[in-house]
Amino acid sequence: MADLRTVFAGIKSPNPFWLASAPPTDKEYNVRRAFQAGWGGVVWKTLGEDPPVVNLSSRYGALGFEGRRLIGLNNIELISDRPLATNIAEIKRVKREFPDRAVIVSLMVPCEEDKWKAILPIVEETGADGIELNFGCPHGMSERNMGAAVGQVPEYVEMVTRWCKQNTRMPVIVKLTPNVTNILMPARAARAGGADAVSLINTIQSVIGVDLDAMAPMPVVGGKGTHGGYCGPAVKPIALRMIGEIARDPTMAGIPISGIGGISNWRDSAEFLAMGAGSLQVCTAAMHYGFRIVEDMIDGLSNWMDGKGYERLDDVTGRAVSQFVPWNQLNMKFRTIADIDQDACVGCGLCHIACEDTSHQAISKRNGPDRRHYEVIEDECVGCNLCAHVCPVDDCITMVPQPVDGELTWPEHPSNPHRITA
Amino acid sequence: MGTRFDIACGRLPEAVLDLNFADAHPGLSNEQAALEADRCFYCYDAPCVEACPTDIDIPRFIKAIASDNLAGASKTILQSNILGGSCARVCPTEILCEQKCVHTAIEANHAVRIGALQRFATDWQMNQTTHPFQRAQSTGRRVAIVGAGPAGLACAHRLAMHGHDVTIFDRHEAPGGLNQYGVAAYKLADNFAQKEIDFLMSIGGIQFQGGAVLGQTITLADLRQSYHAVFLGIGLSGVRALGFENEGVEGVLDAVAFIEALRSSTLSEVPVGRRVVVIGGGNTAVDAAVQAKRLGAEEITLVYRRGPEHMSATSVEREWAQTNGVTVRFWASPHHLLTDQDAVQGICFSRGTPEGGYDPQDSFTLEADMVLKAIGQVFVPDPIQKDQILVENGRIVVDAHGRTSMPGVYAGGDCTAGEDLTVAAVRDGRDAAEAIHAELMASSVEKDANNG
Repeated sequence: MADLRTVFAGIKSPNPFWLASAPPTDKEYNVRRAFQAGWGGVVWKTLGEDPPVVNLSSRYGALGFEGRRLIGLNNIELISDRPLATNIAEIKRVKREFPDRAVIVSLMVPCEEDKWKAILPIVEETGADGIELNFGCPHGMSERNMGAAVGQVPEYVEMVTRWCKQNTRMPVIVKLTPNVTNILMPARAARAGGADAVSLINTIQSVIGVDLDAMAPMPVVGGKGTHGGYCGPAVKPIALRMIGEIARDPTMAGIPISGIGGISNWRDSAEFLAMGAGSLQVCTAAMHYGFRIVEDMIDGLSNWMDGKGYERLDDVTGRAVSQFVPWNQLNMKFRTIADIDQDACVGCGLCHIACEDTSHQAISKRNGPDRRHYEVIEDECVGCNLCAHVCPVDDCITMVPQPVDGELTWPEHPSNPHRITA
Repeated sequence: MGTRFDIACGRLPEAVLDLNFADAHPGLSNEQAALEADRCFYCYDAPCVEACPTDIDIPRFIKAIASDNLAGASKTILQSNILGGSCARVCPTEILCEQKCVHTAIEANHAVRIGALQRFATDWQMNQTTHPFQRAQSTGRRVAIVGAGPAGLACAHRLAMHGHDVTIFDRHEAPGGLNQYGVAAYKLADNFAQKEIDFLMSIGGIQFQGGAVLGQTITLADLRQSYHAVFLGIGLSGVRALGFENEGVEGVLDAVAFIEALRSSTLSEVPVGRRVVVIGGGNTAVDAAVQAKRLGAEEITLVYRRGPEHMSATSVEREWAQTNGVTVRFWASPHHLLTDQDAVQGICFSRGTPEGGYDPQDSFTLEADMVLKAIGQVFVPDPIQKDQILVENGRIVVDAHGRTSMPGVYAGGDCTAGEDLTVAAVRDGRDAAEAIHAELMASSVEKDANNG
């Protein structure tokens, strides 16, 4: 049985699965249920100064695709709308009752040192394990010069992080916004400010859809809409990329990364770990199906690790990072060719039409007596994978690696006018 | 035998009859349709399309359902098959589109429910007040159609759309042919056949003349005189007989006549036997047997002279009969009728085997108050006997465009060779209409050229 115990920036939890700072972690009631369901930790929904913010109705918009609900979720909710004292009292109670779980408190106050100095001792007094600085909220709070408005300015990130480090003994996790051109800038600023860890990604600025009757962006609030923060399974690729960039950056070396962004199951979890995450934060999947989803995450990750012979999370964390390279370092001599398993093929023709219309005309079609027959024209196949992706039958089309004769990257490639010559 | 002859109406209360003859397979809800439409892979050069006699672009209409474009979905169906609504209900999809669905290669019997989705889309159209097609400017050309069944109706609609003036003649008082008089009521419940005809006719330019019997009240020669072209969709008006001398006794009926009476009457006024034996292995046999059961018959036995694999009714139809309380017996050939005072009392069958034929010594008898014969329908050439239209193998001979051997006369549907399916009849009518249109337009161009 793989050991899933996690130590992240000094914060301990029985497994790497934390609920992200969001509606599921807004109250003692929810957090208690989450811990009973098996979650390793929570990042309590962001606390701010009193008086608390006021939230709107409605708050969410969702993206579905071909019958699947909630592949993406967008929200226009702000930080916790409950009084600070109420949250603080509940955090204290929950932490005392679940001492083995990680309780991290997300914070967002205006960009003034006194404000941060004021709130930190109050949080510290709860016995919480750490704080997460919400520099990511991309809607509403950013219009008040908080959240992403801070996270998008590396100097502010560094400054606020430093204030926090100087005024608390708790580990400081800086939550990064993806709404930037280069994620390394705020990430490096956080480290420069003394951050113990970073977490990412926060939500992405988005308009989830347009209500064509109301002629307003969704969710429609009294006839109008605003942009929100986008999350859920569809943002996973963006998160993986940003996490990988930080994980392989020499100036960030060794900083713990808490991975966030569309993690829905154990496989996503393993992928985030492999790209450098040391803990995992989940929200949309829980909002879709409830806290019980953690059961299969724990179980599936553990089983997969057992199958691979990984004994502890450290064996997985960052394992794919050295293989995550700039395009320039890819071997141009490597080639794969599509192979269609004719016994598995159902004759839907999707591989053919995708290749014919949008790729390299490398799949021929012949109408046989029983079914259509599709075959790869190997000389035309560039190994792009498109056919394998559109095929509705698992493992029917496989990409077969061809024998490789040495290595050649673009910097040395004869077609590169700026090639490096020996 | 000593059992009393027992045929009666109203064996069941009217409320029960209404339930028994309500829609056998109610339409999909919006949620069901959305889920089912999303199952479609949207195949390229989809095998299901090839399996549809009317070539409906199935992936396209299903994609349209999935995207909530029901106007597009229904128009895609109806432009290939104007009777797409009834075909969605009566087509044996299990041997047509759904048999070829690639999902069946992943899991047997798990095709996308194309028929149900087609019904969903066409039902949407039926609930609109608009017609998806517009009639072209009148061409001044007149076409006579004999037979208001699926072939004639499809032909009429397409011709009317092209601007021709169409008159449909039929011996019945109402149009619809087998849809109106021949299909089990629960397959086209809620008066669907009539609603569909009203929809079809709403394009304009189509007149219906009922009570017109070819060879009697109207003749082909007259029609050719008065119209620029004629289409024959006269179906199969004859039924095969058992060949017994005493076949005319009370209680022995053609299944076709039984169903027609049922479709034309109030259910509580349709007489049915207490014990019914249906002879035959096609859809008519199944429709007769199940409807007899649902009218309140106590014992129904469907007897077919060969094995299940030889039945022209599909396995789905056969199971429908069996799950509706019909006992199905195979390899038994009618030997003689048992009668008493000119009423049927039972029927004796010889058992048979694939190898050895039927053995009169090895027989069994089924007591019956009613025997329904469904052993095949045949084309009756009498109405066109004088017209010297080529008939071969018992069907009117036509070319690929529906042209008979007589100039200006076209034919399609069951009276011509090919599968006897509603959907095939629709294709024949539609294609003949296109050929008639081309011919009429070519001749008008010639005339214009001559005049000029």
